Amino acid sequence: MTLLLQFLFSGLTTGSVYALVGIGFNIVYNSTSIINLAQGEFVVIGGLMMWFFLEGMQFPFSVSFSLTLLTAAVIGLIMERLTIKPLLKKGDLLLMIMVTIAISILIRGILMFKFGKDPYTYPAFTEGEPINFYGAVITQQTLWVIGITVLCIILLYLFFNKTMTGRAMRACSINIRAARLMGINVSKVVMLSFIISSVIGALGGIAITPISLMEYDKGAMLSVKGFCAAIMGGLGRNRGAVAGGFSIGILEALTAGYIHSGFKDAIALLIMLFILFVKPAGIFGKAEIMKLRKF
Amino acid sequence: MKGLGKLCLCLLIFLVFTFFTPITSHCKEPYRIGAIFSVTGAASFLGEPEKNTVLMLAEQINKSGGINGHPLEVIIEDSKSDETQAVLAAKKLLEKDKVLAIIGPSTTGESMALVPIMTQAKTPLISAAAGANITQPVKERYWIFKTAQYDTSAVEAIYTYMKKRGIKKVGILTITTGFGDSGRKALTELASKFGISIVADERYGPKDTDMTAQLTKIKAAGAQAVINWSIGPGQVIVTKNWYALKMGIPLFQSHGWGSKKNIELAGKAAEGVIAPLGRLVVWNKLPDKHPQKALLKKYATDYEQRFKAEPSTFGGHAYDAFMIVVEAIKKVGPDKQKIRDYIENKIKKWPGTGGIFNMSPNDHCGLDVSAFEMVIVKNGDWEILK
Repeated sequence: MTLLLQFLFSGLTTGSVYALVGIGFNIVYNSTSIINLAQGEFVVIGGLMMWFFLEGMQFPFSVSFSLTLLTAAVIGLIMERLTIKPLLKKGDLLLMIMVTIAISILIRGILMFKFGKDPYTYPAFTEGEPINFYGAVITQQTLWVIGITVLCIILLYLFFNKTMTGRAMRACSINIRAARLMGINVSKVVMLSFIISSVIGALGGIAITPISLMEYDKGAMLSVKGFCAAIMGGLGRNRGAVAGGFSIGILEALTAGYIHSGFKDAIALLIMLFILFVKPAGIFGKAEIMKLRKF
Repeated sequence: MKGLGKLCLCLLIFLVFTFFTPITSHCKEPYRIGAIFSVTGAASFLGEPEKNTVLMLAEQINKSGGINGHPLEVIIEDSKSDETQAVLAAKKLLEKDKVLAIIGPSTTGESMALVPIMTQAKTPLISAAAGANITQPVKERYWIFKTAQYDTSAVEAIYTYMKKRGIKKVGILTITTGFGDSGRKALTELASKFGISIVADERYGPKDTDMTAQLTKIKAAGAQAVINWSIGPGQVIVTKNWYALKMGIPLFQSHGWGSKKNIELAGKAAEGVIAPLGRLVVWNKLPDKHPQKALLKKYATDYEQRFKAEPSTFGGHAYDAFMIVVEAIKKVGPDKQKIRDYIENKIKKWPGTGGIFNMSPNDHCGLDVSAFEMVIVKNGDWEILK
């Protein structure tokens, strides 16, 4: 029982970040139908910039936090305005996805020059002993990570369902042409989606760095896992990305715990493949919607 | 347009003067040594300090008049942590630059890839990587040497210490890279020799973010100690997880643990972590009469001054490889065969950064378990365990 709980906690921690990256994928996917493969890089930007402001510049926590999110938002904005916007008119999705790969390499390179190849970390948000829960141990930072993920999910839900802008973005995700005819500024929506997804990625990075450290090239792995989470839950469905992220994280931890740690990536991905065989649109995805999509 | 033309001309003259003057100023023919390091790519944390070290040493030697009056020219190639690139770099160094010897590469895989080429070219290679296969079987490694300690020596150092403390059951945790693979092999093969049984054998990937599951399993298996074998951020994450879980059993790290940065990153979680480390990281804790102390002190302070960074064990491997070659050339001149013979037979009781080298026809590394000190982290600093 204690063992199982410990594995679950471990899975929830890693799963949270996968979920946040997965949500980032979804938001951009919904407004543009492209997969932003630089999504993982924003997690790294979050962790490293937070270190830069907090430890490097010695700013207080709240200032560093806001500045980091602002930096991520600006990078997301620049990325969209300079590369995606000019290409969006051509409508070549594959080309745009290639461009996001190029950007991820570019960001990684810049981060390497700025921060070097060493890992970075800063103290946990709250100092204190790990909490003992029925014999299993959970660190306070893990609770922060899970808490921030849950908060993100709630805020995004409210944003997409209760605000005008959020609804406009959802309209674009359903039918971009109809949305344009209704007077929605699609270009703004795309821009906003890039900003939101980069901020969410950075949030994940800020929260996870005290636990797992951050180095310049961690993004690629996070992109892959986050993408799996999004696919598994059904691309475009935020609750799918959350379910997918947590299940991949937990599956990895359980495999490491009960079978062997060497198999953990393989088994998690095998199960993902299996789910996609049974339900190609993902857990929450609808097959009809998939048919309407180009990707 | 005229202004631009003038500007270009000025630039050209400037370039000609900056790049071509040094060559004409030397009178004696320079000795050429090649170096191949993973300056970029996955193993860049090895290649960068190695490159820095060799650059610094070459400068120092040339400033003090070179080798027997001949200037020393070191040609450093970046293998980008890739075997193919390492092979290409070696071919270039051998055929175009006609080097007397090659130092490096940084990783075991790349070193193995160079074995046939160096043997064919009859040129000594002094690798900075650790894998035992680089110099064994020694009959087929006539031209190959290495300066990094054997993984097995580090394992022996840990197991000897455990035996003294009565630890019989261990859980091992290794990273899924070449470093972790060879460490895992050494850990499992040597265990029975020391009466130690491995009750859990866990692994993790180089970019994994949480090892709690593996550690929990090790604890549940009844281990009396954890041994983690990795380099990079993984060892810090394991340390943090070990601390958070309050496992109540000691954590041992590999010889890759020897960087102050790891203590900084792990914070108070690092307290009590034990590892077999080369003496470079604890040089200021050594007794004054220790044969390695003087050279370690010089290397560490020079390096820190020059690069504003802590010297690493890996840079030390390049230091040893470089200095061995320099000494050989100094004694026997620019003859590849004689250089090789000198290294094999005359490098005896030779203090380097990695330990005291005793090369022989049967051992092209020359280091054993005595190269390591068992070091514990106490109050954010290293402390040698007696």
